[in-house]
Amino acid sequence: MIRLKDVEMVYENGTKAIQGITLTIEDGEFVFLVGPSGSGKSTIIKLLTGEVEPCAGRIMINGFSTSNISERQIPLMRRTLGVIFQDFRLIEKKTVYDNLAFVMRAVGASAKESRQRIPYVLELVGLENKAYSYPTELSGGEQQRVAIARALVNNPNTVIADEPTGNLDPERSLELMDLLVKINALGTTMVVVTHEKNLVDRFGKRVVTIDSGHVINDSVGGYVGGHIHG
Amino acid sequence: MGRHNFGYFFHEGLSNMFSHGFMTFAAIGITVACLLIMGTFSLVAVNANSLLKDLEQENEILAYVEESYSENQARALQTELEAIPNVVSVTYISRQEAMENFLEDYPDEDMFKDLDPEILRDRYSLKIQDLNQISQTKEAVDNVEGIAKVNAYEAVAGGFITVRNVASVVCIALIAVLFVVSVFIISNTIRLTTFDRREEIAIMRMVGATNGFIRWPFVYEGFMLGLLGAAIAFLLQWGLYEAVAQGVNTNDALQLIDIISFQELRIPVAATFTVAGILIGVGGSLSAIRRFLQV
Repeated sequence: MIRLKDVEMVYENGTKAIQGITLTIEDGEFVFLVGPSGSGKSTIIKLLTGEVEPCAGRIMINGFSTSNISERQIPLMRRTLGVIFQDFRLIEKKTVYDNLAFVMRAVGASAKESRQRIPYVLELVGLENKAYSYPTELSGGEQQRVAIARALVNNPNTVIADEPTGNLDPERSLELMDLLVKINALGTTMVVVTHEKNLVDRFGKRVVTIDSGHVINDSVGGYVGGHIHG
Repeated sequence: MGRHNFGYFFHEGLSNMFSHGFMTFAAIGITVACLLIMGTFSLVAVNANSLLKDLEQENEILAYVEESYSENQARALQTELEAIPNVVSVTYISRQEAMENFLEDYPDEDMFKDLDPEILRDRYSLKIQDLNQISQTKEAVDNVEGIAKVNAYEAVAGGFITVRNVASVVCIALIAVLFVVSVFIISNTIRLTTFDRREEIAIMRMVGATNGFIRWPFVYEGFMLGLLGAAIAFLLQWGLYEAVAQGVNTNDALQLIDIISFQELRIPVAATFTVAGILIGVGGSLSAIRRFLQV
């Protein structure tokens, strides 16, 4: 479960990115986080992944409280999360299999555990035949699927996707979103940051709209509010 | 992470080294240069120290007794001389013994054969403990009633002390400076590796790798760079030392200088180089990686 309580975030240059946000995401939920550029969406992602600390308020993520988390516990908290980026962030000199094995090894998994887990995850994202391809040999959609597989391979409680369809055409975007919904149906909490109104409306999930650091709408069904500009 | 994944860290460290061949070469080269300079100065200091010790052992002060003193009076001075600080042993040499020693030194010189021992003085040979205090000891011996003259080779002793002190100071200063320079260069080499792998490091951090897991491959890299540098420096130092030793031993003008054999120094030099190399390498890598692990 993710819970933000009166969270405020002001950057060193004085920018007030988040101003008193309170938000709860239950286990197994699928939530779209939408809002215009500079609304504070990226800051929320950074707060959730422990990259920045809030100036005020409390954040609870899968049993960890970021307000009093020790440096040693941050890696443990991050192991409960899987993160997907708009630009994929795959290691080009490693094969698809090695990209996944790499993150499994980073949290202490053995080669045997990798051999057991990776084929299952690749099958889940439909890339079982691409295990030994390099990222540069794959299309944008396939690369993003690898990124999703990487986010899932350590079996996280929650997946946070930051603009996962930003670099994909509409058809691939739809396929990808279908995949995220499928993963969510298997029990993984899904937080998807996006600016694609069509996709948000199409899936009829919970939508949290952020603007100027505030939650201006939190409802199920579709986007409510002004323009969304990525 | 439970156990230390030696194989993985070693493999990653090694692949880091090969992926930055030129910087690896530069880092090893600078470590070798630093260790070689440090080693050369240290070995000069060790040899100067050894020569000084030999000199201390062989060095004696000769104290001549007043001519007017009878043998009994001369022998009576022994206790007083033994009481002087820094004096280790006092040996009485009568005129007769002095003459015999003199003739032994010049066996082929017939002109000395008929000399009367009475032309020589009774004397004492004094061995001293600390060459640094030779002047004070000489003065104390000179002040003993009945001692007419004292001979001590202060200038030679002083020369060796100066060489030893200068070598020690230069050695310590150079070691300190070169150590810092080596750590800095290795640190920059590994920083380049970490910069090249910043994306991997960011991903590792994002999925929950511990700082230790991220740090270890770079520590292994530094360790291997330092160890390799130490091994090469040791071999070069050996060759250099043997060449200089041979040069000194075959030079007639330098016959008095007895160079310590490298066989005797091999183990301490290897141990020192290994420890210094590893410290330089690991210190450099820890300093390089620290910045990447702050968040």
